[in-house]
Amino acid sequence: MATTSAPDETPIPSRYRTPKRGLSSFLQRLRSGDEIAHLITLAFAASIVLITLLLVYQLWTHSVLPRQRFGWRFLVTSTWDPVFENFGALPFIFGTLVTSVVSLLLALPLGVGAAIFLAELAPPRISHALAFVVELLAAVPSVILGLLGIFLLVPFLRTEVQPFLKAAFGFLPFFQGQMYGIGMLAASVILTIMIIPFIISISREVLLAVPVDQREAALALGATRWEATWKVVVPYAKTGIYGSIFLALARALGETMAVTMVIGNDPRISASLFAPGYTIAAVIANEFTEATGNLYLQSLIELGLVLFLVTIIINALARVLIVVTTRQGTAHP
Amino acid sequence: MNRLLAWRKFVNAFMLTLTGLCALLSVSVLLIVLAYLGWNGWQYLTWTFLTHLPAPVGETGGGMANAIVGSGKLLLIAAVTGIPTGLLGGIYLAEFGGKTFAFLVRYTADLLNGVPSIVMGIFAYTVVVLPMRHFSALAGGLALGVMLIPIVLRSTEDFLRAVPNPLREGALALGASKWKAIATVVVPASIRAIATGALLGLARVAGETAPLLFTSFNNQFWSKGLNQPTASLPVMIYEYAISPYTDWHRQAWAAGFILLMLVLIANIGARLILSRKGPALRG
Repeated sequence: MATTSAPDETPIPSRYRTPKRGLSSFLQRLRSGDEIAHLITLAFAASIVLITLLLVYQLWTHSVLPRQRFGWRFLVTSTWDPVFENFGALPFIFGTLVTSVVSLLLALPLGVGAAIFLAELAPPRISHALAFVVELLAAVPSVILGLLGIFLLVPFLRTEVQPFLKAAFGFLPFFQGQMYGIGMLAASVILTIMIIPFIISISREVLLAVPVDQREAALALGATRWEATWKVVVPYAKTGIYGSIFLALARALGETMAVTMVIGNDPRISASLFAPGYTIAAVIANEFTEATGNLYLQSLIELGLVLFLVTIIINALARVLIVVTTRQGTAHP
Repeated sequence: MNRLLAWRKFVNAFMLTLTGLCALLSVSVLLIVLAYLGWNGWQYLTWTFLTHLPAPVGETGGGMANAIVGSGKLLLIAAVTGIPTGLLGGIYLAEFGGKTFAFLVRYTADLLNGVPSIVMGIFAYTVVVLPMRHFSALAGGLALGVMLIPIVLRSTEDFLRAVPNPLREGALALGASKWKAIATVVVPASIRAIATGALLGLARVAGETAPLLFTSFNNQFWSKGLNQPTASLPVMIYEYAISPYTDWHRQAWAAGFILLMLVLIANIGARLILSRKGPALRG
């Protein structure tokens, strides 16, 4: 029983930082509970790595059939025919890429502009308050944005925006065809709303991390406020801003609900943004519970695997870029 | 020379105004979301909505009581599985972690955080639904729990690192062993912040729909226990919103209103708790 009160008899605070080696000290620490606590927390920390590995394993083993049957053709053919069990993912890949890229093109200038305003111009109080509002916007569940998309954004696009685009830029292939409201354009706008908070909050952080000396030096040389920001501060924070763009891109590629609700869910490849489309995430959401037959189900899981790999690679890149700029652990979106 | 200066000043003013407009536009989106959802949701929010089961197709009225309870159930499972794992993992990273392995865990957590939620749904489907051969609250809750782990892990680690070292040294100097110092001094010192981080994580997964579509599925009735398909607010909002019935649309608005209020209250509450100076560092 005396051993349970061992902590009181071993006053060696220095071992807190430098664990000893050797069996005797291991037993000693085991008795005082340190080693047990260490092993338990280690097991839980390791579990997150194991879960991720299990995730990859499950996705891989549950998508064997389509890989055997179609191979790489799966990614480049565009027939999606559950009846004759012929699956090609090209329309979904196309839709995912187009909506993500268009939303990035919309969100990038807006987001970086807003971040510049918050980091460089706004007084700290206002900057903080607005940054918090941006965080709240990021917290809005995607199904709610989808709800607003269906009942607010789609009618607005159909009656106001699309006729305007058609009249002004109708000679471009992107703005032709029937104006349904739902379609690639609606999905891109919803995605823009969803990724803007990421770009703003991370870009703002990296801009704030730029040393004040840089600004002062530029201003002292006679630069205007804008010139100091655009030619000195922004280039300094460039890498971190790229990081925020990659994070936003990964989010846009994997976003499901809001996109599913407004994109029209039609697997076709069309140059026009007015046309309905389909994304990888949307087809999984729509057809997973209806998938009869193993090949059908596993084709959907393979789509999930593709999505997983692409977002993982982009995320990994983004984290590296952000770490390089802020040099203090990975940033929180 | 003067004309050049005037031009530069004009560009300066113009671009700065433009960035202000960007900020205004981005922020106003949230206000539009809030205003529109508040207006529509509040209008259709009734007592019946909160206390009744969904009405059969074609009948008006009915509510989403089962979805509200179902969401609670899913979040409970997520909390029970995700929070302890994240918490203990976070303690490891902040208090025990070496270099290489801790880096690996941290990086994996960040990557897991970025995995699309629909992929988490597939994961839970292959791990729980396929072996059990039916949809269940358990599968949905686990999907949310796995999403919760990296969030809790990273926030716990950050908050533990913010605890000043003298507190640890003091505990050790008084003869406590390391785990005692962690359990009785370090963690209690930041427990409020850690709990807030967990609450934020729960608020985030509470709005997730995609991982529930083919794990907890949906249910027009009460579901008993954890082993049956279970209705949840986000999935109900989705199905009602894409349905052709006006009455269902109204219910979707009301459900969306409740969900958004919960998420916003959790976020604002968390911000208020965290922004209080010197969060309970009295030990």
